[in-house]
Amino acid sequence: MTTSVDPALTPSLDVAPKRRLTPRAAFTVALLLVLAFLPLYATLTGDAFVLTLFTRVIILAIGAVSLNLIMGYGGMVSFGHAAYLGIGGYAVGILAKEGIASGFIQWPVAIAASALYALAVGALSLRTRGVYFIMITLAFAQMAYYVTIGLDRYGGDDGLPIRQRSQFGGLIDLTNKTAFYYLCFVLLLVCIYLIWRIVNSRFGLVVQGARVNDRRMRAIGFPTPRYKLVCFVIAGAMCGLAGALLANHTNFISPAMMHWTRSGDLIVMVVLGGLGSLFGPLIGTATFILLQEALSRVTQYPDLFLGPLLLLVALYVHGGIQGLLEGRRE
Amino acid sequence: MLYFIEQCLNGVQLGMLLFLLAAGLTLVFGIMDLVNLAHGSLYMLGAYFAATVAALTGSFVIALVVAVAASLLSGMVLEVIAIRRLYGRDHLDHVLGTFGLILFFNELVRLIWGGGGLSLSLPPEMLTAVEIVPGVYYPLYRLVIILASLAVAGLLYVVVMRTRLGMLIRAGASNREMVGALGVNIKLLYTLVFGLGAALAGFAGVMQAPILTVEIGMGENILILAFVVIIIGGIGSIRGAFLASIIVGLIDTVGRAFLPDLLNHVLSANAAVTMGPALSSMSMYILMAAVLVLRPEGLFPAASR
Amino acid sequence: MSSAPLTIERLTRRFGGVVAADAVSLDIPPGEFHAVIGPNGAGKTTLIGLLAGEIAAQGGSIRFNGKDITWLPGHRRGQLGLARSFQITSLFPTFTALDNVAFAVQAHCGHSFSFWRDARRDDELRAPARAALERVGLASRAGLRVDRLSHGEQRQLEIAMALAAKPRLLLLDEPMAGMGPEESARMVAILRELKRSMTILLIEHDMETVFALADRISVLVYGRVIASGEPEAIRNDAGVRRAYLGDKEAPAQGARHG
Repeated sequence: MTTSVDPALTPSLDVAPKRRLTPRAAFTVALLLVLAFLPLYATLTGDAFVLTLFTRVIILAIGAVSLNLIMGYGGMVSFGHAAYLGIGGYAVGILAKEGIASGFIQWPVAIAASALYALAVGALSLRTRGVYFIMITLAFAQMAYYVTIGLDRYGGDDGLPIRQRSQFGGLIDLTNKTAFYYLCFVLLLVCIYLIWRIVNSRFGLVVQGARVNDRRMRAIGFPTPRYKLVCFVIAGAMCGLAGALLANHTNFISPAMMHWTRSGDLIVMVVLGGLGSLFGPLIGTATFILLQEALSRVTQYPDLFLGPLLLLVALYVHGGIQGLLEGRRE
Repeated sequence: MLYFIEQCLNGVQLGMLLFLLAAGLTLVFGIMDLVNLAHGSLYMLGAYFAATVAALTGSFVIALVVAVAASLLSGMVLEVIAIRRLYGRDHLDHVLGTFGLILFFNELVRLIWGGGGLSLSLPPEMLTAVEIVPGVYYPLYRLVIILASLAVAGLLYVVVMRTRLGMLIRAGASNREMVGALGVNIKLLYTLVFGLGAALAGFAGVMQAPILTVEIGMGENILILAFVVIIIGGIGSIRGAFLASIIVGLIDTVGRAFLPDLLNHVLSANAAVTMGPALSSMSMYILMAAVLVLRPEGLFPAASR
Repeated sequence: MSSAPLTIERLTRRFGGVVAADAVSLDIPPGEFHAVIGPNGAGKTTLIGLLAGEIAAQGGSIRFNGKDITWLPGHRRGQLGLARSFQITSLFPTFTALDNVAFAVQAHCGHSFSFWRDARRDDELRAPARAALERVGLASRAGLRVDRLSHGEQRQLEIAMALAAKPRLLLLDEPMAGMGPEESARMVAILRELKRSMTILLIEHDMETVFALADRISVLVYGRVIASGEPEAIRNDAGVRRAYLGDKEAPAQGARHG
């Protein structure tokens, strides 16, 4: 890991986990520890629900981590990212229905299909910028949504139950909740690690530079659209994996997985946790989902409070929760 | 052939509704540079207000008037309380903030009116068909929607092109800073513009209520269509919104009606049945994608900024 | 870095009704420090844009190091050894000075589809970047975020970024813009040092600098070169005086930076 550096001298983006124990770092470590020991807690207290809840948190965090790559580091606000959750999920569901239950086939297909869709969407969308980009990504997600509604064979609007989770031979039994939880957790950590390496690589620096000053980047000699497209595809592929996990988790796929409000949720999770930081998406996802859960226990109308809270976050907390922890405002 | 005419008229009717929404949206985006996802919520509120008043008074017309007034008021209040703090921020903040407003309004409606949705019935005089062309009958109410929307569009045109307020709106759309520098009360202007957009949305909500729906979440479905219309037409351009609405309305309605049959000729029956509905839903998005790639400023963009 | 010659022949560019470059012809031998001066709106920045490849020429030709680059896209010209700095500072404010220059180095290091290695520890990138910073005197500020550098330091960074491309010809667009006397003196020292190893085309308003450093000067008015020659000749040229209409008078002998 890198040595500790005075924050005044380094870019504000969190490009490497720091060894110094800042409040942000401490919070992150605490959260990771909680997640690591959660199944133990669940077993001891017999509380299966908390395990299910946090599995969902982790899976969606993978989605948020992938969105953060393009949004936080790349500056591309995609309002259609939930499409990849759906595509990944449908890959698993469709293959399962057609008799292919092997995870060794399903999951690579989920990732590849998402990557392909991201390639198509990105190639068209990245010709635009700003609000146009936001809207066109939204539109493409809606297209995918309508296509799945039209798939009568696979449930159409009602969705499709998945009778059997992805099979991995004797390696791992996904019906074992604890095993599945740890698999997801490990995959999350792997994804975060991959993101860390990517954003600090030559490729990642080009993408980040393009976010800060695209015109100059091109003047220097980088064909930035190419790099952004590859970044977009990586993010889509990673989210496709999350989709495959989600389908297994819920044993169900439906067009609702890629409704645009799901894409909105993902954006909220990323922003809440702080754009362009490694663990921010995880923090944001956990916060959002737990907040939703807590509010729904207290009141029959949780969004009455969640909604204005989001507005307040948009207005006053530019750096997200990470920013709050740092006491920093952009 | 008769069916085709009927579907075209339906397309125009849908287009008119879309225009009412898109006009408000494009005004707000063009003048205040604000991406307002909660515009659909104002549309929903209009429908709910009308349904409630109609149930109380038994009169559709009173319901319409009250609902539009309430929408105007709601819009202005919302602008003062929440929306105006978002001006000048990153579009991402707009997306996040107004997304929160969507959640809030949907829940608020659930709190006040319950989750089951409402209905708004037409006065019995409207439940007839009119012979517009010998042999062709078209539902009177749908005709009323088209005409009323055209009237509103005309009124909007008059206001924007012929009044002082309209002049300020047009000036603000092409050069925001200048208008402020000229000493105009920008805050009030913005509140009025937002209120105007809300009133248009509310009006659309009321008009469509008897034939479509009054339910939670109705705003979001049509909101995306409105954004598509704006992008195709050109952001900030009301004329663009008008023309694009008609195009989109026609493509969607006629597409849904005829595409499956057309596909039947080209593809196997199975494929046509699967792909037909999906393709027709997708048709306007495909158009939007094409416009964005070939002519990003829109088909009928506003005058230069 | 070896210097390369630049030959511009009847370069022309119109914008609507305005002729920004009117059959401009310049012959710059390798290693020469050539300054282009002229009143505002004369087309100086357009000239840089044409040479750098940002603006397409509508007539005439540009030969660089013997090669015709008139229709070559901008980033290809960069690869051939043509580098420019920008009149309006356009850097990467949230990155460090070293990062900024490293970007410029990276662009000339082949493709950047490398996803694994930490680019900030890549000596192939960092070493030349440090060297470039050293040359402009910013070595001690390498680790600072650009938005914490002074305006003068940012202008120096612009030059460092152009240098990172190991140019044979440096196009400088008003590097002294907005600088105070101390910063200007530093910049002149940097330019004097660079003069020794590459051809330089400088656009500037600061006459003292121009007359102190330039081997030859060309005067651009309404897109046309109205005079071109050694500093003394330009100083005494009546047409040049008229063009400036009492605007900055060329300084007398023994200028401050001489």
